Amino acid sequence: MFKLWATIVKDMRVLIRDGIGLALMFLMPIVLVFVVTDIQNSTFKMINKNKLPILICNRDTAESGKQLIDAINKIGMFKVANLPKNQDERTIADSMKSTDDLLTVVIPANFTQKVKAKAKNTAGKALTSFGLQADSTQKNVGEVDPLTLYYNPVLQEQLRLSVKGGLQSALQLVESRETLRSLYFSINEKPLPAKLEDEMLSNKAKINEIPVSKNGSLSAPNAAQHNVPAWTIFAMFFVIMSLGGSVVREKISGSFIRLKTLPTNYVVGLLSKQITYVAVTVLQAVVIFGLGIWVFPLVGLPGLNLPSDIFGLFVVTLVCGWCAVSYAICVGVFAETHQQSNGFGAISIVILAAIGGLMVPTFTMDTSMKTIANVSPMHWCLQSYYGLFLEGGRLRDVLGNLVPIILISLVFQFITFLGLKRKNLI
Amino acid sequence: MALTDPLAIDIQNLGFHYPGNEGVTFSGLNLKIAKGARFGLFGPNGAGKTTLLSLMTGLLRANEGSIHLLGLDINKHDKAVNELFGFVPQDFSFYQELSPAENLEFFGAWSGLNKQQIKTKTDELLHILGLEAVRNKPVDKFSGGMKRRVNLAISVIHNPAVLILDEPTVGVDVQTRHAIINYLMELNKNGTTLIYTSHQLSEAEGLCEQVALIDDGKIIVEDSLTNLLKDHHQDSLEDLFLNLTGKAYRNDV
Repeated sequence: MFKLWATIVKDMRVLIRDGIGLALMFLMPIVLVFVVTDIQNSTFKMINKNKLPILICNRDTAESGKQLIDAINKIGMFKVANLPKNQDERTIADSMKSTDDLLTVVIPANFTQKVKAKAKNTAGKALTSFGLQADSTQKNVGEVDPLTLYYNPVLQEQLRLSVKGGLQSALQLVESRETLRSLYFSINEKPLPAKLEDEMLSNKAKINEIPVSKNGSLSAPNAAQHNVPAWTIFAMFFVIMSLGGSVVREKISGSFIRLKTLPTNYVVGLLSKQITYVAVTVLQAVVIFGLGIWVFPLVGLPGLNLPSDIFGLFVVTLVCGWCAVSYAICVGVFAETHQQSNGFGAISIVILAAIGGLMVPTFTMDTSMKTIANVSPMHWCLQSYYGLFLEGGRLRDVLGNLVPIILISLVFQFITFLGLKRKNLI
Repeated sequence: MALTDPLAIDIQNLGFHYPGNEGVTFSGLNLKIAKGARFGLFGPNGAGKTTLLSLMTGLLRANEGSIHLLGLDINKHDKAVNELFGFVPQDFSFYQELSPAENLEFFGAWSGLNKQQIKTKTDELLHILGLEAVRNKPVDKFSGGMKRRVNLAISVIHNPAVLILDEPTVGVDVQTRHAIINYLMELNKNGTTLIYTSHQLSEAEGLCEQVALIDDGKIIVEDSLTNLLKDHHQDSLEDLFLNLTGKAYRNDV
């Protein structure tokens, strides 16, 4: 036991004198968690509070164009600004390139005419199908000319698709109104009363959004709840920059050779490194969670709410930390130089994070990528944390996610053992 | 059994080759070193000195034959053997971020000492080797000579019966060399067997009473230094060395 204690003290001393390693393990993830949470929070605010700026060039001079702009305004997602109707495509494109405008919608010149013709046509078909006599002059008028949406390529696909969805619903509203008016006029030979029109078109059923949490909580998760656990896991795996280097340094400085000639098994050394660095990963989690709880609200970011099961959170952190440490030691044992350890370590962590769902959620991935995600320990770490932070679960709810982490860690430990044995170090 | 065996090292019919047969090869090598001896193993670069020391310390495993240290087969009793010898590697084998006292504390624990024994030996060694004033300073700021003394101190903290030294004075100044050699003589007086290798042949001449010359994995001669100089009509170890191993360059790749 004294040997183990002396080794832990040695590892602690080596660690606290490794300024760069400490900075990489603590400062870098703190900066990351701030930046990513702020960016995601800004995106959330831009869509939900600040609104997305959109330019509209309405070449249609009649009422449907105006109705469409009105409908776009009512979606509540956009901050609309109008462009002169005579601007051509090149001018619009040049204007977008030289400004920060991300979106421009062009309403075609014959928009009202086409919408009305299509509405009349549809209404006629409807009357015929009701068994009533339709206007005999109706003919096939074709589709309404499409709106044109110019967008800056930096706009993320998800955001662009939601913009397109919003515009589609505004368009649908305009077309439906015109069809309704046409149908009403054909039957009653008088215009649709405004009150009835509003009633028929504005009776949208509301959507209640209810998070399905395990503890019955109805509070919606914020950007901090998503980002803080994810980047805490990333930080834990970043111990490879210090620990992997420490193992390599021991090997190339000849310390391993001396240790091998002493009457103590190197397993004591491995155990000490695991205890020391798992403690570091727990400390990382405490620091980053603390920032999320107390510092985020001070800088205008949503605060982190800890799960109700604090013991469960501790166990999950411990298991994730152990996995990160096992991986770092494994890489350190096989790397021949610092450069190999740090280079491979950093790149592999980014890859594991990407396929593990830290950067893009795994539910958006295709089936093959979802399968590959299962081999990333970060995926299971993230699922465990999300089970506690987002779903309001308890330890028993995330045990199924902890089992793969433990199995993957044991694989890393076994590979480490084989590596040390092969290199005649144990 | 170990402490009553008259031989510190008994190598019999040793066969060894590196994977892929690269580097030096031993075949049927025999060597006996008496307990309490000051034994010097010399040879040109690539002759097999470091490989032989690595085999004696268990860092490498022989393909054939046996090596006994104080009567114990090093392959069968590796942990028990490790308590009996100290090894001073050619490279600085310690934690440069730590101070001499911190290094001794850690390696003392791994050598099987308790806290009190470590403290007593640390104070003693730092005093003898002139490192008291810098006991709490990180070693990475030390000169090469000071690091050599730290390297030696760590190797003897557990009072080994056999001390194996691989070029312990390389790159040090005259004062440090003098201090190290004096300390080694003192250890030998107290019963420690010294097995030493170096390219500093004038220094070795003063330290070693038994000598073996090795070249290309074979022991060329082995006897007391006095007998060897007399038998080969040479005035110094260096003359004897050049006479037996030639003057051609040796490239150890």
